[in-house]
Amino acid sequence: MDGLVTRAGGWLGLTLLALVAAALAVDAPFAVHMVIVALACFAMLWATVTRADYGAIARGIFKIPADQGVYDDDPIRWGVVATLFWGIAGMAAGLFIALQLAFPALNLNLEYTTFGRLRPLHTSAVIFAFGGNALIATSFYVVQRTCRARLAFPALARFVFWGYQLFIVLAATGYLMGVTAAKEYAEPEWYVDLWLTIVWVAYLAVFVGTIVKRREPHIYVANWFYLSFIVTIAMLHIVNNLSMPASLLGSKSYAAFAGVQDALTQWWYGHNAVGFFLTAGFLAMMYYFVPKQAERPVYSYRLSIIHFWSLIFLYIWAGPHHLHYTALPDWAQTLGMVFSVILWMPSWGGMINGLMTLNGAWDKIRTDPIIRMMVMALAFYGMSTFEGPMMSIKWVNSMSHYTDWTIGHVHSGALGWNGMITFACVYYLVPRLWGRPRLYSLRMVNWHFWLATVGIVFYAASMWVAGIMQGLMWREYGADGYLVYSFAESVAAMHPMYLIRAAGGAMYLAGFLIMIANVWATLGGKVRAEKPMTETPYNAAADRPLVPVPAE
Amino acid sequence: MSYDALRHFADSWGLLAMALLFLTLIAWPFRPSARARNEEAANMIFKDDEHG
Repeated sequence: MDGLVTRAGGWLGLTLLALVAAALAVDAPFAVHMVIVALACFAMLWATVTRADYGAIARGIFKIPADQGVYDDDPIRWGVVATLFWGIAGMAAGLFIALQLAFPALNLNLEYTTFGRLRPLHTSAVIFAFGGNALIATSFYVVQRTCRARLAFPALARFVFWGYQLFIVLAATGYLMGVTAAKEYAEPEWYVDLWLTIVWVAYLAVFVGTIVKRREPHIYVANWFYLSFIVTIAMLHIVNNLSMPASLLGSKSYAAFAGVQDALTQWWYGHNAVGFFLTAGFLAMMYYFVPKQAERPVYSYRLSIIHFWSLIFLYIWAGPHHLHYTALPDWAQTLGMVFSVILWMPSWGGMINGLMTLNGAWDKIRTDPIIRMMVMALAFYGMSTFEGPMMSIKWVNSMSHYTDWTIGHVHSGALGWNGMITFACVYYLVPRLWGRPRLYSLRMVNWHFWLATVGIVFYAASMWVAGIMQGLMWREYGADGYLVYSFAESVAAMHPMYLIRAAGGAMYLAGFLIMIANVWATLGGKVRAEKPMTETPYNAAADRPLVPVPAE
Repeated sequence: MSYDALRHFADSWGLLAMALLFLTLIAWPFRPSARARNEEAANMIFKDDEHG
């Protein structure tokens, strides 16, 4: 009883504290954020006092089977649902801003829906909300299975999940209200950054705690990748967001660095967010789920270790390639370029390792749409890790930089690699986590696969054309040394490419909505009666020896 | 330590130490006695699988 009173009192105190902060806030967005925090604390207070069985309520809504006490899977089920929920929000926002570029009137003449505010909403929602929830959920799944131990600190694991959702809500609402630190992929302001730091340290504690209590002597390579992702993101996040708040009750802060030092810090963060969030973390998913789905061990365990150490030693130096031909010293630009080009080899080593895991089971690409998604994800991993080093070469970059080629490159990696591998892992996890015999429909997975693949092709191809066209138009000089095109002319020339890109994005989103329907039906315990993906036909008439016919 | 001294350390002894550490780490799984361990590590994800 005393424990209950203490906890309820603590939550009440935090609720009141947040409301006081809201009342004393120096700007309106900070007040709104403190009200959101107060609501979250009040929800916790209510949960503590009524002592309702929230696990049971959530199990009712999402049809979650009762925990049999084998592994601690509830936070993983929530994570899968959160991944899909934020995926819709992030991808719909992406499609909307793609249409805004083609039809500027779609900014609705409201400050809240301008491109500048919706774009960070899109990037953060797909990277940190969709991708981040997928990483947290799969890392909790994989670390338990490969350590053959239940999650350490179960209460802390639940805090990680809910704390991360609060971070997402604060970040997203902040962008809409114009709160931004103006750092690429690190837009949340100082108090949201501090909250994420607390959540992330808790995440590290749960992950390392589970590894420490493992029942297996060896730590499987997927956990190496997850651990490097968690540790490196913590380091990058803290250094990049070093800043001084203008007021302790306001949403504005000033960065600790200035000028070119700030630019380099931002891209040291920005490129390693790509390297350790979108690459190392998702490679961890690849190294567990691809062998599991293919039912054969990874092609070469030694190659996976080379892959790991090469990414660790090389990636951290590649950031300056985002700052070619700027005030950054020339040697630093060249260093970034050289390390980016060297990165090509380990990346392809990893891709080959993943693809060759299917060696001897290539027929699964025809019969298993989940394997097909994984193979397509690896193909796009290979493609974007070739395109990236190529674009980091100064000579190419002088044409491609600041154009839509960069956008196309990012999306072939994000949609092709991160998206596809996440879809495949969620398709793998859902029947297992909800105790279903199989997915509702494998044919719908097939539809999802083709819509997504064709959508990416439209997206990447239109952005290649748009980017190269832009780059060439911007530097086209006439005979007398004047610029042939004005900037507005290059914008007008992009219109058809923007329409094709939006069409590709719409197809990708349509495939994702099919996935939502499929997963929803699977959660409901339905199984669609459908023809299997492949059949080995038997022709009785042909199954007989050739009868010799005597010559006439 | 001045910026200049740090910079010279980074592109001489620091670079050498990092390169040697990297080479040791990637050579480690290639030692002959690691063959069985690698095999076992790659296959451990199929042991005792409750989910099949």
